[in-house]
Amino acid sequence: MTLRKYLVLAGVAVFAAVGDCLLSLGMKQVGTISLHRLPEIVLTVLNPTVALGILLLLCFFACYMTALSWADLTYVLPATSVSYILITLIARFFLHETVSLGRWLGVALISIGVGFVTLGPALTPHPRQAESNDALAVQFSSGAEP
Amino acid sequence: MKSVYEWGAVAAIVLTSTAGDVLLSRAMKQVGDVGQLRRRSGLQAVVGRVLRNPNFPLGILAMAVAFYSLLFGLSWGDVSLIVPASTSLTFVTNALAAKIFLHERVDQRRWVAALLVAGGVVLLAA
Repeated sequence: MTLRKYLVLAGVAVFAAVGDCLLSLGMKQVGTISLHRLPEIVLTVLNPTVALGILLLLCFFACYMTALSWADLTYVLPATSVSYILITLIARFFLHETVSLGRWLGVALISIGVGFVTLGPALTPHPRQAESNDALAVQFSSGAEP
Repeated sequence: MKSVYEWGAVAAIVLTSTAGDVLLSRAMKQVGDVGQLRRRSGLQAVVGRVLRNPNFPLGILAMAVAFYSLLFGLSWGDVSLIVPASTSLTFVTNALAAKIFLHERVDQRRWVAALLVAGGVVLLAA
């Protein structure tokens, strides 16, 4: 695990948390959409907060896919659940919501879980996968030569 | 009767989002380390390889079904049950599915992490 990879994992958590908060904020500005006027939901992307939220969630997806390309699913999922902690902190300190003791306990449990999994290896070594990566490397290096 | 629908929705969300995560994870493992690939052959090649992988659209489809199951579930039932139940159960089913379908080594440390995060999510939503 390099610094760059930790940054990608941090990106997953930060983009998911901030993206969700912006969407929530934007949808409250737009107001309730009734089922009878469902097409209006398309127009909600014109709201700049909603648009920015969607952009950040796209960044989240790119980071998530990148992380899955070099780490196990059972490593990436707990590591990115840091976003729940971030959402709680944003709710408490930026949106000034009251956060109950139970929620802080939840934040503590998630933090311990994340700490647990990130101490271990990120990827299960699969002989088949290593072979295919090598084959790919050969293919690319031979392709690069004139 | 309502609770049957609620838990049915939870089951649908858990199954489809687990399938989505497993399929996307498999797709990206087949694509290989995106960072290395980008350095070797550029961003366009990375995007091309991801989009051409058959598991990728299947994963996206499963995620879309999970999202609509969530919307249906929320229209029938309480958000305070459906969201925490489905999110936290997904952490546990993902650990199981990763072990079975992706052959990941889910050791004790990862099980404890999955259960702690699942418990934390329930507390956050309570």
